[in-house]
Amino acid sequence: MSNGASQSASAADPSAGPVAAHHEVSALEIERRQYRQRASRRSVLIAVGSTVAFTVIASLIIVNTPGWEAVKESFFNWEIGRDSFAGILKGLWLNIRALFFAAIGVAIFGTLLAVLRSLRGPVFFPLRAVATIYVDLFRGMPVLIVLYLVGFGIPALDIFPRMDAAVWGTIAIGLCYSAYVAEVLRAGMEAVHPSQRIAARSLGLSHGKTLRLVVIPQGVRKVIPALMNDFVSMQKDVGLISVLGAVDAIRAAQIDVASTYNFTPYVVAALLFVAISVPLTRLTDYVAGRMNMREQIGGTV
Amino acid sequence: MSGGSNVLEISDLWKSFGDNTVLSGVDLTLAQHEVVVLIGASGSGKSTLLRTINLIELIDDGRIVLSGDDISDPRVDADKVRSRIGVVFQQFNLFPHMKVIDNVTLAARQVHGQDGAAARARGVELLTRFGLGDKVDAYPDRLSGGQQQRVAIVRAILTDPELLLLDEITSALDPMLVGEVLDLVRGLKDAGSTILMATHEMAFARDVADRVVFMHGGRIIESGPPAQIFDAPERPETQEFLARVTHR
Repeated sequence: MSNGASQSASAADPSAGPVAAHHEVSALEIERRQYRQRASRRSVLIAVGSTVAFTVIASLIIVNTPGWEAVKESFFNWEIGRDSFAGILKGLWLNIRALFFAAIGVAIFGTLLAVLRSLRGPVFFPLRAVATIYVDLFRGMPVLIVLYLVGFGIPALDIFPRMDAAVWGTIAIGLCYSAYVAEVLRAGMEAVHPSQRIAARSLGLSHGKTLRLVVIPQGVRKVIPALMNDFVSMQKDVGLISVLGAVDAIRAAQIDVASTYNFTPYVVAALLFVAISVPLTRLTDYVAGRMNMREQIGGTV
Repeated sequence: MSGGSNVLEISDLWKSFGDNTVLSGVDLTLAQHEVVVLIGASGSGKSTLLRTINLIELIDDGRIVLSGDDISDPRVDADKVRSRIGVVFQQFNLFPHMKVIDNVTLAARQVHGQDGAAARARGVELLTRFGLGDKVDAYPDRLSGGQQQRVAIVRAILTDPELLLLDEITSALDPMLVGEVLDLVRGLKDAGSTILMATHEMAFARDVADRVVFMHGGRIIESGPPAQIFDAPERPETQEFLARVTHR
């Protein structure tokens, strides 16, 4: 596209200096730009064409399967979907709140775990060991089991005031994801070149301040795409809090399914989850793409 | 230990990495306002010597005394010692996620507990003096190598360290950019800084050093005023090294 042409032209500019401002574009370059434009227009056409063809063929195949009419009735029933929408949306609001608080908890607890695991020296062995065991345990256990253990086990201890099932669910999700995020953060911190630590320590900064001011900010930047991936993953896993009885989007859909003997409410809930994850995944792609571009500045491949 | 005006007194310093002995009994003293230049081939122990003074490397034996304080004593607060010494590295090692001004004022704010506005004013003053007044709020990756190294020098001197350690600070620079960095170092000498630097810039060493120290195989082979070392080296190792680097 013309965009690409102007970008490559401006990339050559800085070294050329102010003289380039008066430079007349040569016939050769104009011809090249026209060729690039034609080529990109052709690829857009091909992409549109193949997408349309694929959609039509896939739809025809599905619609002509022997069971389609029954599936359509029990999964894509417009009336039932419309009636269940409000209740499921209300449930989704609980998921969003759970996601919000879980994300804050994970950011704090995950960072703490990562820092504990990166401590050096024999004095810190117990802390390091506890953090390592925690990470091993919570990465290894299925989220569902953690939910049951936390959601039904901890209240049974009778030492905490009665709390909503959604609160325990959010805590359980946060405990699991803290272990994942801690590992991602630790990888990022270790990817910061040792010379940065040495430079910081040489200024007289303590170990703690070096971590806080120099290593963690750079480490987090390096793993932003991975962290956002975990966030998107957590966004859908907050739906699991329904197993504790919290009336979230999934539980709301389940209630409707039970009363209508129709699966459409599940499809509605699924679409709503997708609707909130798509902006997040696009944002992840955008951030990752921008970081790649910054690291490969000046190149086209 | 004698001489209250000595900034640095190193005696019988030993350091090895595994079987590889990098420093074997180094003695070196720097008086206040003195500029001492370490020369020698790569692997002769120059960088390691600088790193032991900054307590980045633990020594195996010997003593390092900074302005009367034995800093090789394990009971000293290493962070406190490092805050009294300025270091500039070959690869600049600026913090890429901080603006130039935040790089140069980090130690003042976080280690010396200075007020942010005062530190900033001092930072802007020094950056402007060294021709970086328009880069105050830029990020390091927008700067040329020479500019980055000048920022790194400002970062090292902003808190007025007692001793400045410069570790081959021009080795990663384009020949065109070496001059601007060395001019800055010359200015620091004129302002009275005490400097210990390792370098391969022999012309600069001759011009700026009060004393040149030639290291070879982890030992100080020969040391003296630049004229003596460069024009009339006594030891064969020194003669051979100088013949190689100056293509004589």
